Amino acid sequence: MTTTSSEQHAVPFWRDERYLQVLAQILVVAIIAGTLYYLANNLVTALAAQNIPIGFDFLRLTAGFDIGESSIAYSRASTNAQALLVGVLNTLRVSFLGIIFSTILGAIVGVARLSNNWLVNKLAGIYVEILRNIPLLVFLIFLYSAAFVKLPRITEALELPGPIYLTNRGFFVPWAEPGDGWSTYRWVLWVGLLVAIVVAWVLRRQGQRTGRMPLILLWAPLAFVVVALLGWFIVPGQPLVSSIPVLEGRNFTGGNGLTPEFMAVLLGLVVYTSAFIAEVVRAGIQAVSKGQREAATALGLSGFQTLRLVILPQAQRVIIPPLTSQYLNLTKNSSLAVAAGYPDVYAIGRTIQNQSGRSIEIIALMMIVYLAFSLGTSLFMNWYNKRIRLVER
Amino acid sequence: MVRKSFIMLALLLVLALTLAACGQATTPAPAPAPEQPAVSEPAQVAGNTLATIKARGKLICGVNQAVPGFGFLQSDGSFAGFDIDFCKALSAAIFGDPNMVEYRPLTASERFTTLQAGEIDVLIRNTTWTLTRDTELGGNFVHTTFYDGQGIQVPVDSGINSITELGGTAICVQQGTTTELNLADQMAAVGVQYTPVVFETADETVNAYLEGRCDAWTTDMSGIVARQSIFPDPTAHKILPEVLSKEPLGPMVRHGDDQWFDIVQWTVFATFQAEEFGITSQNIDTFMSTENPNIRQMLGLEGEMGVKLGLSNDWAYNIVKLVGNYAEIFNRNLGPDTPLGLARGLNASWVDGGLLYAPPIR
Amino acid sequence: MTTSASSRSDVLPPPSERYTLLGWFRKNLFGSWLDALLTLIALAFAVAILVPTVRWATTSARWEVIPNNVELFMFGSYPRDQVWRLWLCLWLLALVTGMLWGVYVRRRSFMSLFLIALPVLGMLFTFASGVWVHYAAMIVAGLAGWALARWRPRLMSSVALVGTLLFFPLVILIIRGFSEESFLPGVATNLWGGLMLSLLISVVGIVFSFPFGVLLALGRQSNLPAVRTLSILYIEIIRGVPLITLLFMGQVMLNFFLPSGIVVDRVIRAMVAVVMFAAAYLAENVRGGLQAIPKGQYEAADAVGLSGFHKMTFIILPQALRAVIPVLVGQFIGLFKDTTLVALVGLLDLLGIARGVLANPAWIGTQLEVYLFLAFIYWIFSYAMSYASRRLEVALGVGER
Repeated sequence: MTTTSSEQHAVPFWRDERYLQVLAQILVVAIIAGTLYYLANNLVTALAAQNIPIGFDFLRLTAGFDIGESSIAYSRASTNAQALLVGVLNTLRVSFLGIIFSTILGAIVGVARLSNNWLVNKLAGIYVEILRNIPLLVFLIFLYSAAFVKLPRITEALELPGPIYLTNRGFFVPWAEPGDGWSTYRWVLWVGLLVAIVVAWVLRRQGQRTGRMPLILLWAPLAFVVVALLGWFIVPGQPLVSSIPVLEGRNFTGGNGLTPEFMAVLLGLVVYTSAFIAEVVRAGIQAVSKGQREAATALGLSGFQTLRLVILPQAQRVIIPPLTSQYLNLTKNSSLAVAAGYPDVYAIGRTIQNQSGRSIEIIALMMIVYLAFSLGTSLFMNWYNKRIRLVER
Repeated sequence: MVRKSFIMLALLLVLALTLAACGQATTPAPAPAPEQPAVSEPAQVAGNTLATIKARGKLICGVNQAVPGFGFLQSDGSFAGFDIDFCKALSAAIFGDPNMVEYRPLTASERFTTLQAGEIDVLIRNTTWTLTRDTELGGNFVHTTFYDGQGIQVPVDSGINSITELGGTAICVQQGTTTELNLADQMAAVGVQYTPVVFETADETVNAYLEGRCDAWTTDMSGIVARQSIFPDPTAHKILPEVLSKEPLGPMVRHGDDQWFDIVQWTVFATFQAEEFGITSQNIDTFMSTENPNIRQMLGLEGEMGVKLGLSNDWAYNIVKLVGNYAEIFNRNLGPDTPLGLARGLNASWVDGGLLYAPPIR
Repeated sequence: MTTSASSRSDVLPPPSERYTLLGWFRKNLFGSWLDALLTLIALAFAVAILVPTVRWATTSARWEVIPNNVELFMFGSYPRDQVWRLWLCLWLLALVTGMLWGVYVRRRSFMSLFLIALPVLGMLFTFASGVWVHYAAMIVAGLAGWALARWRPRLMSSVALVGTLLFFPLVILIIRGFSEESFLPGVATNLWGGLMLSLLISVVGIVFSFPFGVLLALGRQSNLPAVRTLSILYIEIIRGVPLITLLFMGQVMLNFFLPSGIVVDRVIRAMVAVVMFAAAYLAENVRGGLQAIPKGQYEAADAVGLSGFHKMTFIILPQALRAVIPVLVGQFIGLFKDTTLVALVGLLDLLGIARGVLANPAWIGTQLEVYLFLAFIYWIFSYAMSYASRRLEVALGVGER
């Protein structure tokens, strides 16, 4: 910004842009610092006047309330910090699964919107246009209170083959539980994972050397499955025992149960976000010029090969940045879980705030948690984005 | 050029109008009472709640809007209920008019912070008196207006007869209430495993129970009875015999204003005392010629009781005349003639074996 | 799935302009076996959803919950004898829109479309008595504005612009009113509710966040390190947390931050949180616009010797803002949808009112009806706005210059 003209005739310092810039910055910082000090001062005065303590010692106190679903050991005697951790893990669980499923569903709908089939095309269009224009919160509450809670009662459970039971108390599915051979079998699985990684790495090297990229996504998991199956027969004892849900008294035992709260939040987030991802995918595919597709056809590539080798690698670069912001949105939107009774970090934070009265500390903690989630997601996606950029030639 | 100046003019106007709108929107700082100069201690500012209310011309009362019988938003947009009547009684004591009240419907989760922040003058929203709330939450409870206890309700056909039979059940409960804590405590005490399903509002809680999401739901007995009265089939549900907790419900005021605390406290006592004397809103004028010195003092015919509170001397007269005594308030909202049909129980006057006992007004 | 017809090696007959119905079906639905299968699956899917929905909606649905509570849904507890003030705002809206239409849109067909759409929309939403008078008044106002604009286009273009700018503060003043005794008695914000509150919060959010957002965007582009760091910090922190935490903070903590004795009511507190939130997102959108300005524009401004301030206000910002108008409309739609979150902190916006209505014993069990109605309202508004924004994009010629 400094121009050479300022050096030619001596400019007094109060008109010299270099000084002015420093001055302006000091001024801005001073104003902001002053405002912050003023606000903080008011806060401290108000808290002192009403004898409200401030500090994080309440995290060590007993929480005193129970939580419906938790992935770690938790009871009413646990501390507030543990309660918050349960919330954090619940948020992570629903966000992580949400990201995976919404990507799959979004990709399908996005491709369907470009289908030549009139009906498929229009249905996908209606799906996207409806979901993009209604608020997520209304959709979530609708899903929970008008769909999931209205499912059959537990005594009249809807039975699907499997057996899978659908009730308004939850979905109960058969599940595998560790048997007597599990401790050995676990190591087999680790070996399988290692083999899969090695296979992927070798194939990738080979692909780079020969210029013909094999289907890594097919072969690597296959290697894992082969190792896992071999281990199943070699390892003595039963590694896994199947467990079937059975109605006993007032609840199902055995199998695995998913609560309607969790299902409503997950389904709501997935369906809502998939509409946005579909648009991102569609725009990405359309951004690949028509000539590329025609050239691929001219080279004799099949439709699937065209998609995998020509369209997707190029579309990917357009898709990743907006996709990242959709993932961030999904993570933040998971805070609406409170509307469906799912104990995420926001819901539990509010409960603690209510029982202990520590609003400021709780809000600070919640913000830090969400900032960490956002930061983590964007770091990962930026890393991935850089990686696919390197492939560009 | 003309156009440009037009735009500038418009921008200026926008700015001015917006500022005006903003200036209107914020409640002006309460003017300090003329005798006391503005003092820097905020407790002093918080200490003149009464002056603020009088300057504002209305009382701001934090209430419930969805508990039939206690605080309920009627379809014409007005509020009614047991708690609401105590807001009216306060308004009658201060202004001689029961309707100078602005009702602020609050959720269970936000009620304490709004009180702390000075947004409401008094919280009368079936709030349980506990030590933590009385200390760390920045408020003081005045005398209890309703003695309640927590109960658990189950469908009759569930075959559950005691809380020890609740093993493996799902229980619906409202977030941020003492009921959530009591439930956890009691179930831990009897060693029963259960799954809490926690909702933000009472409506959602009840709804989930009625749809069969939970085997049982829990809240204060009065709340259960109130809700049950509007269930599609009230007879299909029953309350378990165990009472999980003591739930003294009463008004709560902010820390740091003793005069205001006294006013709310004695407004409650006045309704007790009027019942004890047999004074009702119907017959109160016949007491104006009484010789009983206690009644004369209460009704402001003798002594300066109201002035001692910072009110006019007919404060108690206004409460009873315009709102009624405790029995009237109870019967109007919760009593046998209402859909709730609650018995007085612990909430009877001490002369009838209840717990309502007002200190002498003298 | 996306097999293109051009990949066929056999010679196709020359394309005909007209299809028979059967031919259309064959081309668009049963092009190949895969296509036919997809069509059947999609058809089964559509039928499986549509048939029970239509059956329920026409037989067992209790739609009377909507007309019986329509006033609550539209404006909450706003005093019924003051509702004419809301209508007044709508008349003004029709007048200003008519003027803008007359000035900027030269095609008559749009005007008629607007005039038809308005009462039809209104008819869907209001079942109260006496609304026809107001609709008639709105049409007259719209027509009058349009006629005025056509009569004196030059003068009226200025008037319309000023009217647009004044419209919003004026609406707030009309709705809020003044002291008790005046012609417009004050209506406390705790009586505001329903769709009116949702719209007000989102409009306030977008209008007030605009200056902050532009400043933040400029700050982020600035070459002053302190300013840049602070801007980035603000933008990234706000964008990293959910709106609900900001609303919660606004509700719980804002009054603690103000000097004791000053109490801001909770509608304003929600608005403050929404403005803080929207400003960060708006800043990023404006930054997109700033980055889209070719470097030559900056260099040209430098070359003619404009100062940094002049360069921004006269060269860069006008172009950047023009480029981001459609994006801003998109943001407004998002904000309008996001206002539903204020229901979670206890405000009675459209969703809050809906929850209140469902708590009423008379309407227990009507969740489907009420929430479908809500989704429909939000959908209509959002879709209409995004449609308008697409038209605006064309009209402004964004991306063509």
